[in-house]
Amino acid sequence: MGGCVNHQRSHRAEREVMAKTAAGVSAGTGSVSWRAVGRMALRALGRDWQSGELRVLAAALLIAVASVAAVGFFTDRIQQAMERKASELLGADLVVAASNPIQPALADAALQQGLQTAGTLSFRSVVLAGDVTQLTEVKAVSAGYPLRGALQVSDQPFGPPRTVDTIPSPGQVWLDERLLQVLGLQAGGMVNLGARAFRVEHVLAYEPDRAGDLFSIAPRLLMNLADIPSTGLVQAGSRVAYRLLLAGEPAALEGFKTWARTRLVAGEKLEGVRDARVELRSALDRAQRFLNLAALVSVILAGVGVAIAARRFAARHWDSVAILRCVGATEALIVRLFVLELLMLAMLAGAAGLLTGYLAQYGLSGVLGSLVSRTELPAPSLWPVLPALAAGFVTLLGFGLPPLLRLREVPPLRVLRRDLGPVNPRLLALYGPAVAATLALLIWQAGEWRLALYVCAGVAGTVAVLSLAAWGLVKALNLLRGQVGIAWRFGMANIARRGSGSAVQVVALGLGLMALLMLTLVRTDLLTSWRASLPADAPNHFLINVQTSEVTQVQTFLRERGLHDVELFPMVRGRLTAINGRNVGPEDYQNPRAQRLVAREFNLSWTDTLQEDNRILAGRWWQTGDQGQGVASVETGLAEELGIVLGDTLRFQIAGQDLAAKVTSLRSVEWDSFRANFFVVFPSGVLDAYPATWITSFHLPIDRKPVMAELVRHFPSITVLDVEALMTKVREIMDRVISAVEYVFLFTLAAGLVVLYAAIQATQDERRFESAVLRTLGAQRAVVRQSLLAEFATLGLLAGVLAAAAATVLSYGLATQVFDFPYRWNSWIWLLGGGAGMLGVGLAGLLGARSALAQPPWRALREL
Amino acid sequence: MRVDHNLEAGSGISVAPVFASDNPVASAIIQVEDLGKQVVSPEGPLIVLDAIGFSIAKGESVAVVGASGSGKSTLLGLLAGLDTPTHGRVWLAGVDLNRLDEDGRALLRAQRVGFVFQSFQLLTGLTALENVMLPLELARQADARQQALELLERVGLQARARHYPSQLSGGEQQRVAIARAFAGNPDVLFADEPTGNLDQKTGHRIIELLFTLNREQGATLVLVTHDQELAAYCDRMLELDDGRLRESSAQPSSGA
Repeated sequence: MGGCVNHQRSHRAEREVMAKTAAGVSAGTGSVSWRAVGRMALRALGRDWQSGELRVLAAALLIAVASVAAVGFFTDRIQQAMERKASELLGADLVVAASNPIQPALADAALQQGLQTAGTLSFRSVVLAGDVTQLTEVKAVSAGYPLRGALQVSDQPFGPPRTVDTIPSPGQVWLDERLLQVLGLQAGGMVNLGARAFRVEHVLAYEPDRAGDLFSIAPRLLMNLADIPSTGLVQAGSRVAYRLLLAGEPAALEGFKTWARTRLVAGEKLEGVRDARVELRSALDRAQRFLNLAALVSVILAGVGVAIAARRFAARHWDSVAILRCVGATEALIVRLFVLELLMLAMLAGAAGLLTGYLAQYGLSGVLGSLVSRTELPAPSLWPVLPALAAGFVTLLGFGLPPLLRLREVPPLRVLRRDLGPVNPRLLALYGPAVAATLALLIWQAGEWRLALYVCAGVAGTVAVLSLAAWGLVKALNLLRGQVGIAWRFGMANIARRGSGSAVQVVALGLGLMALLMLTLVRTDLLTSWRASLPADAPNHFLINVQTSEVTQVQTFLRERGLHDVELFPMVRGRLTAINGRNVGPEDYQNPRAQRLVAREFNLSWTDTLQEDNRILAGRWWQTGDQGQGVASVETGLAEELGIVLGDTLRFQIAGQDLAAKVTSLRSVEWDSFRANFFVVFPSGVLDAYPATWITSFHLPIDRKPVMAELVRHFPSITVLDVEALMTKVREIMDRVISAVEYVFLFTLAAGLVVLYAAIQATQDERRFESAVLRTLGAQRAVVRQSLLAEFATLGLLAGVLAAAAATVLSYGLATQVFDFPYRWNSWIWLLGGGAGMLGVGLAGLLGARSALAQPPWRALREL
Repeated sequence: MRVDHNLEAGSGISVAPVFASDNPVASAIIQVEDLGKQVVSPEGPLIVLDAIGFSIAKGESVAVVGASGSGKSTLLGLLAGLDTPTHGRVWLAGVDLNRLDEDGRALLRAQRVGFVFQSFQLLTGLTALENVMLPLELARQADARQQALELLERVGLQARARHYPSQLSGGEQQRVAIARAFAGNPDVLFADEPTGNLDQKTGHRIIELLFTLNREQGATLVLVTHDQELAAYCDRMLELDDGRLRESSAQPSSGA
């Protein structure tokens, strides 16, 4: 490495610097003023830039800041857009929900703060049409409803829906398909609600905020809020749910939230987008995790890239520092000089990175924005500037400074003995603070310690294992040296001789390759798993209220129309009354959901075969002989919520009778699969005696819709739930999230490439020098080329295989621990890792040495 | 004889015909005619060497002297085929370098030429022994290790064979470089300021070693230096002044 700096040239340059700044050296104390050091640093920056040494470091930093900034800005906009999208399912950005009329002061304040408002009120009541009655979920809305999303209506049940931007006119109501079916009405018919008659204006096809109560048993009637008094149905003490919908700018919403929090009275509560439907919440959660992960990997890669580039930068300054020390520079001056130079670089590259990141984000959201939002994406906030700059400074100062600080240890004697350099320090002492700072940054960026910790543990473990494995492999190569041809022998001998240097390079290459593997194969696997959780043929229709006597007929009816293997599940309503003989009630639980679960009846079912999407997490599924026995399988979420463990004995009250069952298994259920699922399942022969209705779900192609109208005519008492519209929404959100994630990953990919480039560049000077010496000694170019190829390809292969191993372990952890997907083993990753590593690194190494090989060795030797 | 050995080893490059001597002066190991080198500098084209012509007989030791920037090192690079001239011709060991491509020149170097540099140019990743083995391996000699050990013994470093350059003093490094230069019995040895990085005492010892080995091997020595005292060791001096050759002066060898 010693021979790689042009001695004379750098000596001359440094002497000039020292001579010019001699005025800044105050005689006597030997200290140099900050201004003088600043001027020196500025000149050093210019000179290093000219000689190209700083450009690699600057590029690493620029891409680091740019990628974090681009990820930040874009993520920010995507998240804003997605929250708006999610707002559709709430019908608003924010909702005040209450069981009593909401204080008018809240709506007034919201209006004053520039928010849009709308009110809704819902209750259950009986609707009459002729002599048919039906218990109905009535919802009355004010003008402007819904504030987010839109209502869809059609002219006849299951007809083509169209979007409208109005609400029912006074005196008119919109009924959903189920209610029309039950009442035997068409649009234009008349219904009675309370003291008033209404005309049916439209069929209500889609209501954005209906999603929340998909399984409510009662059908829907939508009416104008102004008509409520004339029905006489809402009296003091009536069970009515009041909602004040709010929408507007994020700042105004935040302002309102803060203002309202102290003014809400008992029974009033704020609901945000995050409290919306479970499917959407899990989609948003996953999206944020994906995006954060991409950002985190960028930060780590940036650190690695800067660390490698800075080591090279420092090594190339050993000579000039020795000269500076020789002509009287103190250690403190050396430190100040390089810290200042680094800070100047950080400011320049940081600013350039921010700008690049902003532009990259802007240009690409122009292309991809329409995927996420039909309208212009919201403007990015300035917030992402902070993490981007923090990432830049932490990585540059944390990973870049340590090798530069060690420059002060360069002995002046190096002027005479060029082999003298700083003593090799412990790696931990060198990068410990940087790693700690990066960890803090990760936790901040992830906003979630678990994810940050997983990523950090993953990276730390990977580095540790990679180092060990790399060291072992490098040593093992030594044994192979005698077995291969001359070029390979030189190449592999080089790797083995460099020992720890090669191991460091393998680790760096391994990290870069791991990032690439994670971002290509693993990302695709994770996203595919996610998409697969809601396939195109996911059930889009539910049949409920099927009587036991109708089960066979319904199955036959569906089979005749091409819907085979539709399974119906029995449903018995029951309430949990005791666990292990101890009575339980709402007062035993803190959690409101748990309180609700024990206060009300929920659906119990029986089956002998485990449903496809269920997995046994503890205990065992039924065994022969369990039929008719008091055993039960409990959904794991419910078990957690209510404190039920395997082996507990549960007591249910079903239709006034007690039933005891021992918990023999805990199951996980994919609630977002749109399949009928149950909290508690019994084997057959236990619940048969209790009154049951049956439920099923199936996929009906969109062109087969009339089948449902026919079904309703055949089985008037069965209720059909069409969830196609809701699923389309969920799927659309999912697709958009995936687009966003894939886009964001492009930047991480770029960061990974920078690391690879830096790792290959790191030893380029050394290799150029060696090539020149080898050629001077008579090696033909083919031999040099082959030995370079051998060395890089072997490094790449080692790094690639280690990267594949690391990526597999890491993605297994991510899939099972963070994203809750079943992990799919991918054998391609090994082939791709090893192959891409060998070819990519080999070719890149060769390309890097191309210029050195192209010029006569004399020139190469003298320029180095 | 070494050429034969190499062809048997199957170098794969047919250089044998051009290696046949077409040297106008049959006795010369190096023959230079109207050699010139021009480079492009920020201030415009710069003539580094112009109209150089001389010949060096087999077994002769010649010092190339001149001030800094007079073109000494450039000339050395051209003589060794490490760089290409703008015009003129160089015959090295009877071969016209212009008629060889880069790889042909490399092969010629591997077989006929040894180097000693001012800054040693040892490969830091290789031990002393491995550095000396390098040219032998490149010339595909079977007993590279044995030959290298013998050479290290001759420069008095057999005990340091497994040391890396960073573990050796400057003088020791240059001795390794000299052992490497003589590996494979070169016909011509090029030395570029071999004592430039060494103190006077060590420099003396290195020079003595260099000339002793050179005499023993019967090789031709071309030594670039600005040190008149060192130049005086040689049979002859070629003085460069601003890219042109001054009258070359023959002088009796003063002995080592």
